[in-house]
Amino acid sequence: MRRAFLIAVPYLWLVALFLIPFVIVLKIALSDVALARPPYMPQLDLSAGWDGITAFFAALDFENFWFLTTDDLYWKAYLSSLQIALISTVMTLLVGYPIAYGMARAAPEWRPTLLMLVILPFWTSFLIRVYAWMGILSNEGLLNQFLMWTGIMSAPLTILNTNTAVYIGIVYTYLPFMILPIYSALERMDDSLLEAAEDLGCSRTSAFWLVTIPLSKNGIIAGCFLVFIPVIGEFVIPSLLGGSGTLMIGKVLWEEFFSNRDWPVASAVAVILLLILVIPIILFQRNEQKQREAEG
Amino acid sequence: MHFLPGGSILPGRHPVSKEYTVAQTVFAPWEDPNEKPLIQFRNVTKRFGDFTAIDDLTQDIFAKEFFALLGPSGCGKTTMMRMLAGFEAPTKGQIFIAGQDMARIPPNKRAVNMMFQSYALFPHLSVWDNIAFGLKREGKDAETINARVEEMLRLTRLSKFAKRKPHQISGGQRQRVALARSLAKAPKLLLLDEPLGALDKKLRQDTQFELMDIQEKTGTTFVIVTHDQEEAMTVASRVAVMDEGRIIQVATPAQIYEAPNSVYVADFIGDVNIISGRADPNGEKVAIQWAEGQPDIIGTTTTRFDKGQEIHFAIRPEKVGISTEEPQDAANKVQGKVLDIAYLGNISTYHVELPTGHVIKAQTANTRRLSRRQITWEDPVWISWTDTAGVLLER
Repeated sequence: MRRAFLIAVPYLWLVALFLIPFVIVLKIALSDVALARPPYMPQLDLSAGWDGITAFFAALDFENFWFLTTDDLYWKAYLSSLQIALISTVMTLLVGYPIAYGMARAAPEWRPTLLMLVILPFWTSFLIRVYAWMGILSNEGLLNQFLMWTGIMSAPLTILNTNTAVYIGIVYTYLPFMILPIYSALERMDDSLLEAAEDLGCSRTSAFWLVTIPLSKNGIIAGCFLVFIPVIGEFVIPSLLGGSGTLMIGKVLWEEFFSNRDWPVASAVAVILLLILVIPIILFQRNEQKQREAEG
Repeated sequence: MHFLPGGSILPGRHPVSKEYTVAQTVFAPWEDPNEKPLIQFRNVTKRFGDFTAIDDLTQDIFAKEFFALLGPSGCGKTTMMRMLAGFEAPTKGQIFIAGQDMARIPPNKRAVNMMFQSYALFPHLSVWDNIAFGLKREGKDAETINARVEEMLRLTRLSKFAKRKPHQISGGQRQRVALARSLAKAPKLLLLDEPLGALDKKLRQDTQFELMDIQEKTGTTFVIVTHDQEEAMTVASRVAVMDEGRIIQVATPAQIYEAPNSVYVADFIGDVNIISGRADPNGEKVAIQWAEGQPDIIGTTTTRFDKGQEIHFAIRPEKVGISTEEPQDAANKVQGKVLDIAYLGNISTYHVELPTGHVIKAQTANTRRLSRRQITWEDPVWISWTDTAGVLLER
């Protein structure tokens, strides 16, 4: 009884906050746009009894999903999102791994402080930090002022409203999600393994590639998914730092929803996005499972 | 001691008894002035900050030796081993391996392999790949590697587990993988850092004999670090007893036990009774005045003592006889009273309190099963020993 109750709590949570909203979104995606409030048809009319329900289901169709394939904006936006997510994940890994490595190698009494410094940015609002980047990257921003002052540049560098700014913003924002899992994998590693590798004929560099990297593999995979998955649907960073050329599905979704007021198409975009995300999420769960088994 | 020509050892069994080995050539290269040592420590000092781990140490270790570094934690034994592996550099002095100064040679360029206390097996690699790791780094071809790994698996009886990961095998098997991995490259010198520390007692004893077998079969020089004196005594050809960064005594296990050079060594190895007094030499016999109103203890020595010099008499409990009647022909005998009896199954240790307050331990073998114990608590007893049973020590 107690066991059933304990299991029921997370399931109820998931049903109430994930499954029911998803069914609503799916229903909207299968509806048609209408000049009404809410702006879509049909509405379920329970007062009409059984006829009302059949009429409601008869009116639902996959028209909006079909529409997504007719306009190349959508699949381009999906692809572009995947591309931006992929590139920024690799960049975050390249920046994050050395930081995590340095933290794990630091003297034990320094580690909590370093960990704190990584987490510290979360104490301020994410929006404020992205706005701060606008101040840094704009044509009259801090970075350009500095570059012109040193004389490296004679004219300001256009960074804001380009994909470069989006990458900077994403790497900056998601860096802790990359650092923390890698750090936790590296910190657990036994130093004598590296000594053993050296003892058996490895140079320091080959010991790193043959021992450190494989042993932090699970941390790397976890970090990459933690960055990749949310970045695909990222909306705030491309809309604030990106320009008109930055095509990301999150932005398209927002425009369909708020500018076009086409809720059904916006919902269809969201459903497809979710289906795309299910694949990496399952892979991520598998990785976690495997890691738990290996430690078991 | 146990170093024998190949073939005289039954595989995986206890080596032949001591009496038998005496008839053969005794392995003692340290007594041969023409023999070149494999390892030479020359005035080596190692400091960590203001802590001196190794203090001006000079020591030779010979090829094919099973050399044990024995001492309490913090005595510098691990530092000595890590300097041989190349993980630490001496602050002062030189280390030679096969005549070569090792000062600038990194660990991966040394013909030395180490078996780590934690085993340090690579958790992401199978048993097979762990053993092959060092061979692959040498760039050997696949066939050679394959043959060598299979040989190592057979030697350590691990063939069945080749495909398993380290977390899928038992502690004893892991220990054997670590040994196989460190032996795979056929090093000149194998370092073993507390290799059996993680095993339970029974498994440890079996593994000790296995280690000796493998050392004999491969002819590799082994240097073992341990704090377990029984382990050092069992496996080693020579034992170095260390304290505070110095080697106090280096000798065969039998010499260390029967002829310790100091109270520290006598006390560190096995059980011992120490009685301090003043020397009164008379030829090779020395009388020790140790307590007022008690007859002097008579001992035999080859070292010269001055009259009145402070002297320590060390005697092992098993060399002290105990009886209810006064023994007739003993050189030394004292009367006392039984304070405590420790029954250990095969032997019993009696703690006998003398009228002077000294407590002397005497040991007897329980050769008869469940015999009526003739000596019990509070009994007045005689303890006795011959004039050659104990050792006379200056310090």
